[in-house]
Order: sequence, then C-alpha cells, then structure tokens
Amino acid sequence: MNLNLDFTFLTWGVISAFVIKGLIFSVQLTIIAMIGGIALGTLIALMRLSGKRWLILPAAFYVNTLRSIPLVMVILWFFLLIPLLIGRPLGTELSAIITFTVFEAAYYSEIMRAGIQSVARGQVYAGYAVGMTYRQTMQLIVLPQAFRNMLPVLLTQTIILFQDTSLVYAIGAYDLYKGFEVAGKNFNRPVETTIAAAVVYFVICFSLSMLVRRLQKKIAIIR
Amino acid sequence: MGKWDWQVFLQDTGGGQTYLQWMMSAWGWTLLVALLALAVALVVGSMVGILRTVPNKGLVYFGESWVELFRNVPLLVQIFIWYHVIPTMFLSLRAIPSIWLVVFALGFFTSARVAEQVKAGINALPKGQRYAGLAMGLTLPQTYRYVLLPMAFRIIVPPLTSESMNIIKNSAVAFAVSITELTMFAMQAQEETSRGVEIYLAVTGLYFVSAFAINRLALFLEQRVQIPGTLGGGK
Repeated sequence: MNLNLDFTFLTWGVISAFVIKGLIFSVQLTIIAMIGGIALGTLIALMRLSGKRWLILPAAFYVNTLRSIPLVMVILWFFLLIPLLIGRPLGTELSAIITFTVFEAAYYSEIMRAGIQSVARGQVYAGYAVGMTYRQTMQLIVLPQAFRNMLPVLLTQTIILFQDTSLVYAIGAYDLYKGFEVAGKNFNRPVETTIAAAVVYFVICFSLSMLVRRLQKKIAIIR
Repeated sequence: MGKWDWQVFLQDTGGGQTYLQWMMSAWGWTLLVALLALAVALVVGSMVGILRTVPNKGLVYFGESWVELFRNVPLLVQIFIWYHVIPTMFLSLRAIPSIWLVVFALGFFTSARVAEQVKAGINALPKGQRYAGLAMGLTLPQTYRYVLLPMAFRIIVPPLTSESMNIIKNSAVAFAVSITELTMFAMQAQEETSRGVEIYLAVTGLYFVSAFAINRLALFLEQRVQIPGTLGGGK
C-alpha cells in the first residue's frame, strides 16, 4: 500500500477557479432536465394511458427506444444530429441540456404512468360524475395524487440523473467531474482530484437520498 | 444531410482491417466486459445481499455501507477511481490490463444493485422458513444454502434480468478509459470517416440485439427455474 496523497493544493481559490463552474453546470443540467423531463414524461404517460392506438404507439416507441440505448450513445446521437438538423453547431452545454431532458422524460414517464395507475378508479368516475371534463379530472384530481404518490421515486430518479450528468464527459462539456479533472491536470495531481470528485459526488447523492428516505416516511404516515 | 453511404463499413481503417471488422471486434469487447462484470456483480452482490439479512449487526452494517458507497458515486467516477487511484495505491496492480479494472468497476457498481435484489428476495420469504431450517438442526449457512437461497434466487430472476440488460448499456462508459468497445468505436470511427449517422445506427442496432438476446436468455432461464405451485409456476 503506497499512500502518498497531498490534498493541500485544493485550496478555496483552486476550487472556486475550477470546480464551482462545473458544479453549477451539473446542478443546472439536473434541474432543467428534471423539470422538463417530468413535464414531457407526464405528457407521454397520459398518451400511453389514453386508450387511443395512434397515441399509445408513438409514446411506447419513444419510451422503449430510449430505454434500450446506452445514455452515452444518446448523448453522442444528439450531439451529431442537432447540428445536422438546424444547420449550425450547438454548444456542448445546450446539447447536453436537450439530450438529458428528452432522455430522462422516458424514465420519468414510466414513473408517472405507475403513479397515475395507482390512483383509485373511483376518483376518475367521481370527477366525471360532478361534470368535470377529461382535462379537469386529470389536472385537478388524478395528477396531483399521482404526483404525490410518486414523489419519492421521482426524486430518486433525479439523484440518478445527477449522477448520469457526469457522462457529458463524452462530448467534453464542463461539468463537476471535468472541473476536478482540469484542476488535477493543472497541478499534476490526478489521483487526489479523482478521489475528491468521488467524495463530493458521494456526499451530495448520499445526503439527498437520506432526505428522500425521510420524505418517504412522512408521506407513508399520512396515507 | 446527404445520401446514405453504407460502404463506409468496407473501407480500410488503415490498420489492415475494415470498419466492419473493427466494429465486430468492438462488439466482442462490449459483450466480454459486460459478461465478466455481470459475473463479478452476481458473486459479490449475492454475498453482500446475504450479509444484509444475517442476525449480526456488524455484518448488516458492512453490507449497508457497501451498497451506499457504490450506489452514490457515478459509474464514470468509479471507473476513474479504479483507473487512476487503485494502481497508485497498490503498485502490484499496475501491470493489470485496464480491461480488468473496468470489469471490476462495473461489477462492483452493479453489485450494489444486485445486493438490493438478493436482500429483497430473502426478505420476501416467510420468516418461518428460516426458523424451520434452524429448528431442524441445520446451521445458519446450511439454512441459507438449502432453504432460503434456492427460493430467493428464483424469485429475483426478473429483476436480475433487467440488471443484466443494464450492464450491457452501462458497459458503454468503458469508452472513458479507452477500451475499444462499441461506444469507443463509434466515437473514433465517426471522427475518422465523418459518416456518423451510419456508424451510430449500426452500433445502436448492436446494443439492441445484445440487450434483446440477454432478455430471451433470461426468459428461458426463468421458465426453467420457476417454483412449482406458484402463480407463474405451473406443474
């Protein structure tokens, strides 16, 4: 065992010069992809539960396709295709934001589908019985309950999303890991910065998953 | 976007083989990394999962920590830890080819997920089965070997199937340490030939085929090991 580690170069100055910029992008990417992904995913879930073939088939195709391709390949695909479609290059950051929103929507939609199916059928009938339209029933009665039931799962998926944002490495976007990597290269200390990156990811993800667990207990008592 | 040009696969890479041959060997690397990592994940994950159900606080705590550690660090970062940090700490590991480091990284990462399933499978059994085993005079290891595990493993075949499909997808992250698997091939061939769409389509197709093959294999296995007398079991 040969431990010759020196973390002293990781001062606040170094961290704010290299790492903070990456951390901000990782968090930004996670939050935008979460909000966009849940919105798009809910729409896809509603399509799949609509009972109409012309809505179910494209929605199922969307979800099944994205769920069977490695995320890295999806990132590469979008980075290749978007410039071909719009005719000009798009920055790695924007490309990553679009990719993650579209990709995560497939996973969020499966969660929302389970959430909607967990709402008792009588709730829908009750909505119709008091004269609500389909839209009103969904918006005011079913979706709020589905969302609430699935909140812990949605947040757990978001923690996975945060971890997955490290894969923007494939197109060279400047995220949290990249920040540590650049700092490591500058000070010729790649071992220390790799460990530091792992610790930071662990602390963030572990505390978030503890919070989700507490939330889960709280929700479970009320129900 | 121009026209399709599938002949790109017949071009020479400059190294005495065509892109098609290169892609097929890359597919082989993907399958090799995934299958070896799956073996590591099943062995380690089963052990850790079992530890989390034994009547010993220390072992349970060790199992829980293992799962939290490997679940809360991104796979990419874990691969870099194996690649940069471990060989520096243990000089004897320096000579190991990087494919093994990736196999262990992916295997340990997945072992946390397998451990969750194994624990859930054991806990899904009625408590009486464990007591019955012990009451008959079996030791604790014997109770696991002959009573609990044969049932638990058959219960968790479906979730393990989806883990096996995930491991094929996750093996793509090996590109980061220059293993020439499918994703690495896609990136390099795209750069060299500028026929990215054709190359990505072929690679994506191969990922589909691999995941589908694992799915069929697991379905076959699932039917062979079904527990008689349960809802899925027949006979």
